[in-house]
Amino acid sequence: MSNILNVSPSPHAHGKETTKKLMFGVVVALLPALFTSIFYFGYGAIIVTTTSVISCLAFEYLIQKFIFRKPVTITDGSALVTGMLLAFNLPSNIPVFIIIVGSFVSIAIAKMTFGGLGNNPFNPALVGRVFMLISFPVQMTSWPVPAGFSTGYADAVTGATPLAIIKEGLKNGESLSQLVTQIPTPSQMFLGNMGGSMGEVAAFALLIGFAYLLIKKIITWHIPVSIIGSIMIFTLILWLLNPEKNADPMFHILAGGVLLGAIFMATDYVTSPMNPKSMIIYGCGIGILTVIIRVWGAYPEGVSFAILIMNAFVPLMNAYIKPKRFGEEVKNG
Amino acid sequence: MPKTFPIGGVHPPENKITADTAIELLPVPSSVVIPVSQHIGAPAAIIVNKGDYVKTGQKIAESKGFVSSNIHSSVSGKVNKIDSIIDTSGYKQTAVFIDVEGDEWVETIDRNSEIITEVRLSGEEIIKKCLESGIVGLGGATFPSHVKLTVPAGKKCDVLIINGVECEPYLTSDHRLMLEKGEEILTGVTILMKALKVGKALIGIENNKTDAINHLTKLATIFSGVTVHALKVKYPQGAEKQLIKALINREVPSGRLPLDVGTVVHNVGTAYAVYEAVQKNKPLFERVVTITGKSLSRPGNYLVRIGTPVSWLIEAAGGMPEDTGKIVSGGPLMGKAINNADVPVVKGTSGVILLPKDESERMEISRCIRCGKCIEACALNLEPYLLMTLSEKGLFEKAEHERITDCMECGSCSYICPAGRPLLDYIRLGKTAVMKMVRERNMK
Repeated sequence: MSNILNVSPSPHAHGKETTKKLMFGVVVALLPALFTSIFYFGYGAIIVTTTSVISCLAFEYLIQKFIFRKPVTITDGSALVTGMLLAFNLPSNIPVFIIIVGSFVSIAIAKMTFGGLGNNPFNPALVGRVFMLISFPVQMTSWPVPAGFSTGYADAVTGATPLAIIKEGLKNGESLSQLVTQIPTPSQMFLGNMGGSMGEVAAFALLIGFAYLLIKKIITWHIPVSIIGSIMIFTLILWLLNPEKNADPMFHILAGGVLLGAIFMATDYVTSPMNPKSMIIYGCGIGILTVIIRVWGAYPEGVSFAILIMNAFVPLMNAYIKPKRFGEEVKNG
Repeated sequence: MPKTFPIGGVHPPENKITADTAIELLPVPSSVVIPVSQHIGAPAAIIVNKGDYVKTGQKIAESKGFVSSNIHSSVSGKVNKIDSIIDTSGYKQTAVFIDVEGDEWVETIDRNSEIITEVRLSGEEIIKKCLESGIVGLGGATFPSHVKLTVPAGKKCDVLIINGVECEPYLTSDHRLMLEKGEEILTGVTILMKALKVGKALIGIENNKTDAINHLTKLATIFSGVTVHALKVKYPQGAEKQLIKALINREVPSGRLPLDVGTVVHNVGTAYAVYEAVQKNKPLFERVVTITGKSLSRPGNYLVRIGTPVSWLIEAAGGMPEDTGKIVSGGPLMGKAINNADVPVVKGTSGVILLPKDESERMEISRCIRCGKCIEACALNLEPYLLMTLSEKGLFEKAEHERITDCMECGSCSYICPAGRPLLDYIRLGKTAVMKMVRERNMK
């Protein structure tokens, strides 16, 4: 017999799903939001995204090649996703060197120090973002106002985010009914016509991405739905208690990074729990923490912090929250 | 809405190339090799000697103990030698080599093709007949059928489940059998019902075989207590516990048997073998085998004598294609890769698949990205990624606690893993170690 036969244990078939395909699926799901941010913020969006992606890939390459001295795996798409997500969390006029510093923190500190893909406990893009927010508070909170496709970069007109307007106003003793006139209408917010980081503004584009992720079975509904659901319920209660002091649930969902966080950041495979029960607990934790930070905390926005805090609980959840096994309930032997 | 089991499962491409190919009689080869252990349990003891002349259907090895099975000659001819062979699983075992001379059947076998639906034997006689005829589960597990039909004192069985799921890709032997031998199968089901003393039998068939569902549904109207149920296509629905859950919504507890929830599962192929044994006095010495593969010129379903070398079967199907990289005995998800085509077809061989080279290599292993797809795919809601890590690190006590021994090795986790991690390989390793640990603990 001329053939040399391959002998290996079963199964002898594979689903053809690969890490690379999953990562590029996420990239595709991010495209609608990328296109809307280019539409709103013009060149700025392109420059920020390109810088972030290139520097993330470069840091990953350099570390794998010269420090790990192991095969380089930047083509797996994970650094590309981190780069895109980091960019989506930034104002579209941020100085380029800050982006490079943020990318370094994301890849080198948050990801590679733990051993690279699969081992990092915290979402790399969020670690980068929070680092930048704390280190460069001014640059990180001056949000360009969408001005149609603009070719300006650093000279863009800036304004506060709706969340910041509300937070600031309430602190100064203004009532919500007065403040409402200063913020965009829900339909404007749905379309993304407001100040904010470049990827978070357009709810509809993020929802298209969500639908794509679900259809392609890249993520399940558990985490996004429990985050959005718990934020809605919590803010609804607060709103019903005092509508003059607390914004309505719709506002909380559409303003800030809830959708971007719930759909793309909290669902990061590596840093989120692995079974549905834990996913729901994790999602609700993020939702509740977000509202607490937004309503009572120092920052107008709390999604990033909420996700990072819940990331820390993931190993614990994986160890102690177990799915109900098939045939588990043995009654009297 | 067709039913299915609720937890986990995967949808591999069906590749049922031979679904429309009628069962053909495979010519008897010039010699056969019949292993003495073609079933779960003790190997049978050989009762023939070198040089003996045996007839087709003659018993050549006798069941040793309760969980064991008789073995019959599938051909007539002279015993050439009794020697060890490497079987499908890759292990050495004893086998009887017979050189074929003509095809002289034992006289007691009724070779008339007329279908006899009236069951004359009593329950006990049926069970004895199954033991005598060497009937084992033909779905692939090869558990001796007489054992499954003997309900121990204190246990009760109220419904019989017949497995016509055939959820493995490529395989079509059960499908063809249901289409071509429907009445015999239903008579077999009635015989099994009589042996178990139950009044109800449910046949579960996945709805990618609508022709078989329709055919059996039509025939079942004249068999009292037998109903046919369409199931949604999902692997591993043919697994006993998953099928029970899907059909009657009972959950077999971990480490227990279907009888603990009042049911017994038999395969359609077994029902047919039982029919032949009880109504036609014919021992189990041939079975339907699917020989298939994308590059084969004449893939098909053949009625094959036990002991026929796989190479003979491949010849009948048009010869081994150039690009063959792997020969799988059984389905692609749970079957075994064989290392040469000389191994014989045994009672548990439901199919032989020739995979092309590009499908026979595993993908490169990369890091676990903790996507949780293995948990989603596991039909038992285990955590394969964790079981693999625990087995890899030798933490067997922890693995036992995480119920590694519940794993039925369906392979859904390895199938779905985007990082190509060999989850099931390590789980098997861990399972063996845990079972050994438990045995030693029980001995103390």
